[in-house]
Amino acid sequence: MMLFLLRMSLKNALRHRLRAALTLAGLAVAILSFGLLSTVVTAWYAGADAASDKRLISRSAISLVFPLPMSYGEKIRSVEGVTGISWANWFGGIYIEPKNFFPQFAVDPPSYLRLYPEFQVDEAERAAFFRDRRGCLVGRKLAQRFGWKVGDTIPLKGTIYPGTWSFVVRGIYEGRDATTDENQFFFHWDYLNEWVLQRYPKRGNATGVFVVGIREGSEAALISERVDNQFRNSLAETLTETEKSFQLSFVAMTDSIVLAIQVVSYVVILIIMAVMANTMAMAARERTAEYATLKALGFGPPVVGWLILLESVLLCALGAGLGILLSFPAVKLVGHALDNLFPVFHIASQTLWLQAGAALVVALVSAAVPAWQSMRIRIVDGLRAIA
Amino acid sequence: MNLTRVPLSYVWRNLLTRKLTTGLTAGGMALVVFVFATVLMLEAGLKQTLTATGLPQNVVVIRKGSQTEVQSGVSRSEAAIIESQPNIALDGAGRLLSSRESVVLISLKKQGSGKPANVVVRGAGEQGLALRPQVQLLAGRQFRPGSSEIIVGRAIADGFDGVQLGTSLRFARRDWLVVGIFDAGKTGFNSEIWGDAEQMMQAFRRINYSALVFQLADSNGYEASRQALEADQRLTTEYKRETRFYADQAQTMATFISILGTVLSVIFSIGAVIGAMITMYAAVANRTGEIGTLRALGYRRSSVMAAFLAESLLLALLGGVMGVVLASFMQFFAVSTMNWQTFSELAFSFTLTPAIVVKSLLFALFMGLLGGFLPAVRAARMQIVDALRAA
Repeated sequence: MMLFLLRMSLKNALRHRLRAALTLAGLAVAILSFGLLSTVVTAWYAGADAASDKRLISRSAISLVFPLPMSYGEKIRSVEGVTGISWANWFGGIYIEPKNFFPQFAVDPPSYLRLYPEFQVDEAERAAFFRDRRGCLVGRKLAQRFGWKVGDTIPLKGTIYPGTWSFVVRGIYEGRDATTDENQFFFHWDYLNEWVLQRYPKRGNATGVFVVGIREGSEAALISERVDNQFRNSLAETLTETEKSFQLSFVAMTDSIVLAIQVVSYVVILIIMAVMANTMAMAARERTAEYATLKALGFGPPVVGWLILLESVLLCALGAGLGILLSFPAVKLVGHALDNLFPVFHIASQTLWLQAGAALVVALVSAAVPAWQSMRIRIVDGLRAIA
Repeated sequence: MNLTRVPLSYVWRNLLTRKLTTGLTAGGMALVVFVFATVLMLEAGLKQTLTATGLPQNVVVIRKGSQTEVQSGVSRSEAAIIESQPNIALDGAGRLLSSRESVVLISLKKQGSGKPANVVVRGAGEQGLALRPQVQLLAGRQFRPGSSEIIVGRAIADGFDGVQLGTSLRFARRDWLVVGIFDAGKTGFNSEIWGDAEQMMQAFRRINYSALVFQLADSNGYEASRQALEADQRLTTEYKRETRFYADQAQTMATFISILGTVLSVIFSIGAVIGAMITMYAAVANRTGEIGTLRALGYRRSSVMAAFLAESLLLALLGGVMGVVLASFMQFFAVSTMNWQTFSELAFSFTLTPAIVVKSLLFALFMGLLGGFLPAVRAARMQIVDALRAA
């Protein structure tokens, strides 16, 4: 019986070829753009998703623009539960043009790479980077974007540290996981500090954040508190949090934009729901007489309801399937175009489930009213009806 | 009888008869127009906020290469040199209209969500307020120079915890008493906290100012003054008119909104155009007999085509009006988000302008035209005999 219904509804769905094709195209576009928008939202959270629970970030409690003195490093290292410490300082240089933005950090290379095992560097390149004070380590995607090779000289115009800086690419790192940010640029903090000490002695020996490696992720809250207590009521109080919440605080600053994108991604589902509901309403209206005939032949109202529901589900499944399939090349394309904005851009499995779920909801909602009406209509009225 | 135009009432009644279909199609279009209009409103709001922030006769001085006040540093000696150049306006008491400012960011928690956001704290010189006449005190009083008093912008007072009148805010090892709330209209200053520059510098242990703002005595002499200052070897600073300075500050955000909006509108309109097409094709198919009758009565092909196009356009207009009405409610909301370029919070609102209304309606009509054209052609090309027989 079910097979028969399925065949019937498939025939019904394809009866108006043009209308079916248009509806399918609309569904595919909608599901595709829903997928793209959800991927943009996922990409927003990429930094937080890639964060390790074994790292804490310590920064000035006032805000990130205030540096912490280097002497804090040893004090933090002695806190119980801390296994390693490193530091990073935002550089904010411009490569040729402001639109070529990518993040640059002055770091202490050996300790930093120890704390970030996900940045994988070839042994020889790592050693070369450690040796050269003017050397830099760049991510694979970043190197690809500008066509950099090992040995190239990269000029950066400083915005916080004025002047033109040049660095030599000594290594290219690759991400261990798909979520690792391969769009970063690291160089020697010593090099930067020397420069600062020469010009602004009082601003030297300082860094933006300390990265604190800890034994157990479960102790994060306790260790954060211990670190912050060390510096309470000092000139530069610290705020220590897990790397994840540090990254999330960036997301939170732009959360109105994330929210807007999320809302808009649901609006597109609403739009396609209106289109799909219209298709189903028209189909059911045109076939009122046929459904009445079915009833007159002895089929119960549930059969009519199932026919309409299955037709709607079939159309949505086809359209959504197409949309989901198209999402993969589309995400690749968009990801390529926006790789300076979103270093990590790929479809999460959750997005695929959401796409499928949205399609199912569209199918059920669109079928609901026509199915309800067709089930209830009296045979005589139905036979008399004209489209 | 010259039957050149099918009466509009025929078109209108057709839409009325199929209320569900009309409603759904127009509803889909309304949503697209809503998104289209909101994005334009957001862009307009951002632009308005930024251009209103500065005055054209004011000049902002920051260190060369630094793009924001927070990144910049201007030493006392540099400030003195710049203030000694001739083209600076004087106030009534004969004092220079120039303000040496110290700008930093502090992290505050947003009301409700408790999420942190970076807020600009501006230490202003004595003339800081005189230079910005758009800043008006709403409640309380002005901060006293030389004291740990601050006044906060309205967007900050409304959107953040712990900055209400009479409370004190703790940062840089001091308690700062909030003595006033100011409103700076639709400008970026509304998202700032102001205090005394020298006090801020001491508290934050700074030696250099962040920026210098002065008013030109002769606004037309800007170019000459800039060139004279740039030729001075002792200075490492750059100069921009205040209007230009603030417009540049949100360039990235404006571009982002505009690109996102355009892409979304195009993609979404595909859905809505398809919806209109389905509806209009069905309308043509269902009314084959009617079309035959109209033609038999003497209406021309072009009249039939016009009638169906008019129906589609009317449908689109309905959707467009619904969309614009929906979007106009967005004016009650303000957006507060981080500006990537300055790394600080900026509040702006959705602004509906007549141009946006017109653009949105035209956009809707365009969708109607796209969706209705092919079905209208099909209706016009029907043979009278076949059409009458099909009924």
